[in-house]
Amino acid sequence: MSQVKQPSLSREIRTGKTNWKNYMQRYGTLYLLLILPIIFFALFRYTPMAYILMAFKKNNIIKPPWLVDWAKNNGFEWFIKAFNDKLFIRALGNTIKLNLLDLVCGFPMPIIMALLLNELAFKRFKKFTQTVLYLPHFLSWIIVSSLALRLLADNDGLINILYKRMSGNPEAVIPFLSEENWWVGSYIFLGIWKEAGWGTIIYLAALTSISPELYEAAAVDGAGRFRRIWHVTLPGLRPTIVVLLIMRLGSILGSEFDRPLALSNSLVSNVSTVISIYVYQKGIKGGQFSLSTAVGLFQNFVGVLFLFGANKLAKHFGERGIV
Amino acid sequence: MIKSKSTKAGDIIIMIICLFLIFICLVPLLNVLARSLSSTQYLIRNEVLLWPKGWNLDAYATVLGKEKYVHSLWYTALLTIGCTLLSLFMTVICAYPLTYDNLKGGKVLNVLIIFTMYFSAGTIPHYLLLNNLGMLETVWCLVLPGCLSVYNMIIMRSSFFGIPMSLREAAEIDGAGPIRTLVRIYLPLSKPVLATLALFYAVGRWNGFSDALLYLKKRDDLYPIQLYLYNILQNSTSGEVAAQEGFSTPGLSETLKMATVMFATVPILIVYPWLQRYFVAGVTIGAVKG
Repeated sequence: MSQVKQPSLSREIRTGKTNWKNYMQRYGTLYLLLILPIIFFALFRYTPMAYILMAFKKNNIIKPPWLVDWAKNNGFEWFIKAFNDKLFIRALGNTIKLNLLDLVCGFPMPIIMALLLNELAFKRFKKFTQTVLYLPHFLSWIIVSSLALRLLADNDGLINILYKRMSGNPEAVIPFLSEENWWVGSYIFLGIWKEAGWGTIIYLAALTSISPELYEAAAVDGAGRFRRIWHVTLPGLRPTIVVLLIMRLGSILGSEFDRPLALSNSLVSNVSTVISIYVYQKGIKGGQFSLSTAVGLFQNFVGVLFLFGANKLAKHFGERGIV
Repeated sequence: MIKSKSTKAGDIIIMIICLFLIFICLVPLLNVLARSLSSTQYLIRNEVLLWPKGWNLDAYATVLGKEKYVHSLWYTALLTIGCTLLSLFMTVICAYPLTYDNLKGGKVLNVLIIFTMYFSAGTIPHYLLLNNLGMLETVWCLVLPGCLSVYNMIIMRSSFFGIPMSLREAAEIDGAGPIRTLVRIYLPLSKPVLATLALFYAVGRWNGFSDALLYLKKRDDLYPIQLYLYNILQNSTSGEVAAQEGFSTPGLSETLKMATVMFATVPILIVYPWLQRYFVAGVTIGAVKG
């Protein structure tokens, strides 16, 4: 496309001789447009990074962190404290456990659902199914948690009402939200319920780029439905799967805030307190800003390490990666 | 193509599985809808499943009579519209200059912007910044920190990239400056993506509550609808807010809560199916080229 006749200015830039006056006259407005976004990123994304210094300083919220004295142990006091805090270790464990379960149970679901939708023979029904499956993505976690409560509550939840009727025992209860292990299961299930349908979009898009000739060739070779899926569809999806898997691994230590906050209750806080909730409780509610900044920094730092690690691993195995 | 018997059977099995998935998706909503339309006596006896018993709209009428709730609904609607317009504006003015590959400094800026997608300072530094800016307890802490999403910006930019460069060059030769090119050529051609991003931003704001929970402690008149709901649902056992608002009357509270949930859900349910065609394309652009 750059072969088309270029305005003279571009040619000057390409040859390295810039006529600055001309350049600014022509493209200066672009910089004007960028002023607000640059202010936004500088103020709301990069300035907070200066406040990360808090993690190495004494806990003081009145002065800006660069004027505060260094914390003990060469500034690493809060990191040491965090790792000696049983609550933090538990939050760390919960975060990893819930994310791993999400990965193992939640990651394959959109793929399976996309394969199903792709095999669906009736076009209008397919469109309707998609519309319905995308719906939960648009509900907030607060709404989802109230829906879940009506569905899963011990006494008047829909499932337990049915369970009581069927078992004939009014005391019979499945403690979906009130017993720790059951709660973890419900947490994972609700995550899948909310996001799996939405996750299919990306795979369905990738499926459209698989050449129909491959399917025809497979059919000629006598491949049935399953062999076609295995030998044509899944290999076609592989690059997409790898990219999404890298992103997922990069957030293995990341923690959502809305989801555990909305779904947890006092009976299960031992398994539901993840790092983001810990930071909220210690920092915003408890005023321990240095400690919670340190925890947040640790979390984000490890997140970036995981992301690049996973990316490197993917490249090692001959995939394209993301960065 | 002639299908064998086993293929037909397979089609039917797949359709049944899909019907099952649809059922799972809709059951929780139908359940809550049924409860919100039922009379309390049936609710207390646990007789309402997926179909309302003792039809009535009392709960909805009561909820609409609650000044605080209606205020919260209106306020959230206005906030959502305002934030969406601002975000779209910011997204466009950020994405458009970055599509000029001969823009000096554009590459560096691009890297700096993408970097914020992978590494963020964390909750507390953001909180402290807003504290020092004096934005805590004001409406600005709900508007400004989230007014530009890198992910959405990338979607916008990819869509701009998809517009043939020859159009821009033709406009430049005709003497149109960058802004005129943007307004006359790029924006009209990007309507579907703009609609998608508007949906993403609007849904994010309508559904968001964690920023309000972190940054607003005293100003409950600034609570968006979701935080309002969170307080009602959480405090149902212990109570203050629930008691004040009449949500703790046994039995009645149940249908009321369900009606409030429905009110917060319905606006989105009305909007998103119409935009489905567009957001599918939007997500795909962002993912493939991001």
